[in-house]
Amino acid sequence: MGLISFSKRTFKHGVHPPENKQGTAGSAIRQFAFAPEIILPVVQHLGAPSEIVVREKQEVVRGQLLAKASGYVSVPLHSPVSGVVHKIGNVPILSGKMVPGLHIRPFPASGQEAIEGEPIDVESATAEEILQGIQDAGIVGLGGAAFPTHVKLKVPDGKECKTLMLNGIECEPFLTTDHRVMLEQESDIMLGIRYLMKATGAPKAIIGIEANKKDAAIHLSKHIPKDLPVTIQVVPVKYPQGSEKMLITSVLGIEVPSGGLPIDVGVVVINIATAAEIGRLLPYGRGIQERVITITGPGVIDKGNYLMPVGTPLRFALEKVGIKGSIREVYMGGPMMGMAVSNLDISITKGTSGVVVFTEKDVKQNQKIFPCINCGACVDACPIFLNPSKLGILAKAEAYDEMEAQHHLMDCFECGSCSYVCPSNIPLVQQFRLSKGIVRKRKASQKVA
Amino acid sequence: MILTALIALGSLTILLAIMLVIANKKLYVYEDPRIDKVEDMLPHANCGACGFPGCRPFAEGLVQGTVLPGKCTVSSDEARQQIASYLGVSLGSEEKMVARLACAGGKNVARNRAHYDGLDTCTAAALVSGGGKGCFWGCLGKGDCEVVCDFDAITMDENSLPVVNPDKCTACGDCVEVCPKDLFSLQPISRRLWVACKSLDAGDEVLEDCEVGCTACGKCAMDGGPLISMINNLPRINYSLNHATEVPIQRCPTGAIVWLEDNGSKRKGVESKKVLRKSDKEMGWS
Repeated sequence: MGLISFSKRTFKHGVHPPENKQGTAGSAIRQFAFAPEIILPVVQHLGAPSEIVVREKQEVVRGQLLAKASGYVSVPLHSPVSGVVHKIGNVPILSGKMVPGLHIRPFPASGQEAIEGEPIDVESATAEEILQGIQDAGIVGLGGAAFPTHVKLKVPDGKECKTLMLNGIECEPFLTTDHRVMLEQESDIMLGIRYLMKATGAPKAIIGIEANKKDAAIHLSKHIPKDLPVTIQVVPVKYPQGSEKMLITSVLGIEVPSGGLPIDVGVVVINIATAAEIGRLLPYGRGIQERVITITGPGVIDKGNYLMPVGTPLRFALEKVGIKGSIREVYMGGPMMGMAVSNLDISITKGTSGVVVFTEKDVKQNQKIFPCINCGACVDACPIFLNPSKLGILAKAEAYDEMEAQHHLMDCFECGSCSYVCPSNIPLVQQFRLSKGIVRKRKASQKVA
Repeated sequence: MILTALIALGSLTILLAIMLVIANKKLYVYEDPRIDKVEDMLPHANCGACGFPGCRPFAEGLVQGTVLPGKCTVSSDEARQQIASYLGVSLGSEEKMVARLACAGGKNVARNRAHYDGLDTCTAAALVSGGGKGCFWGCLGKGDCEVVCDFDAITMDENSLPVVNPDKCTACGDCVEVCPKDLFSLQPISRRLWVACKSLDAGDEVLEDCEVGCTACGKCAMDGGPLISMINNLPRINYSLNHATEVPIQRCPTGAIVWLEDNGSKRKGVESKKVLRKSDKEMGWS
């Protein structure tokens, strides 16, 4: 068996949105300028907010700890620049909330040298030390969900990780972040895989890559060290293959049970950019300071993949790359699963994988919503075999309990395939997101009562 | 033929009737007849404002004496008095509560940052990065509260801001629960001094988004003395002190702290800026 294999196997259902990756797939990662003011919310991950440990007007150096983790499901925050903490107050985040945050003004003449912490050696460190190191580096899933990586890597007692899966799928249209990382940071990725295999105890690792990134797959296969049991599997292009459950089905042919996690079938899935970040930071004991972001879309002049300091305000980023035409919609993340931005004063966080800008003429406006015609297109699209049509009707009738009890609402991971194919323009995925929120709220209040 | 059928069914009928009579006697559970009477006197709204699941369990509680009739905020005074005298208990003095909205940013004074296009409810809009309103704390104006109110006490005014009719409001708390921005709270009706803003921002940042927001200037706190303290850029009124004074509202530059009239309308201070604009405030990026 070679290091690289091309398979025709993929998961059932799914959709094929236009990829639109050609605009940035060929452009190398470029360093982005430091904004005159960096805005860092303490909520950049799922879980408990970090606790701020610096004061206003304090000078900080690049890589210094700004906020410490406030629990197990929480990560610390490091300064992406050398500068002065100008203000501590409320800052807006993508979800439309105001959370505590820091405004940091970089020193214009600083060399921006990052300080180093205690290195973690891949050979001598134990699994616990590596997990602790990953938490201390503030690493979260860089694919978009921003879930703390050390929590994901922790294999529960009684379970065994048989395969470590590296997610290089990037099925989201427009984004080319992971693609460029795979082409340019191959040694970081391989080192990261060493750390990850040690932390999870997995005997082998598989890198899953979609067929539209063959160049990256071939490039990586040339750099796999002889002693590292890593193989690469190229799978056909389909959305939402980047979801970890779909990826496992495509690559291994097994299905994660409803309500379960990948570890239930002996797999841990980690985004490839996260692996690269682990390989880059842990040998020096550094914290995460910057990440690769694709800025693209019909409204952007200088499209590309940028290495951007965490906390760069979105407005500064867009001014720097240049905007043509009148902006209609700005998305953080991709157009399928990302979120429309209502405020340009939010900043790029650890979980932002891309920014997509659409102008007036790219967006169909004031689309009329027609009734469901029972065509079944959404049923054929849903990758986890739900019935979005039925769920949509129930959501309209506010029958949330029935949706959850009989139609597996909570399994929906909001990929948006159903809304994408719906000929009646029904905002199905928005209804499900809303319904899931209500179901979660009801469950929480039941627990209290 | 017909005779056989008649006999068969007739005897079956009589047999079952006898069984029912016996069951009624043997398995009878005594229920206080006053519960039915009291339930009839209650409004049958089943709103849950009393803390019971509905009117029937509340009536049972009343008859057992665990609660007093005053707990039902929906009944009229006469109805409560009637129940109290029927059961021979005291009325129980519960002050009438009403829902109050802590926002005054209608679309003529508060600007939108982005245009929201999707499901037409506040809860759905709030999920899409906050809903596009300039002020993060402000009312989205899509009227979830108007829909959820069982008593028609909430109506949306011409500026897409809910107005609570204090006569109809029964303090059932549905609007408090449904508002994604947590702008409603239940307050005793005697509280007239009211801060109609929830913005934690201060100064120009507030004015940029809303002309009637609290800028945290602190004038009301200076005038009100111990009655008002500034906490997190918002005045907090200490209602345990004598708050029947209109002094603190007079110098408020934006009219964020108001005096509530009997009919639920707001009176601003004399130095507050008047809002004359009737049309929508223009959208802006800034």
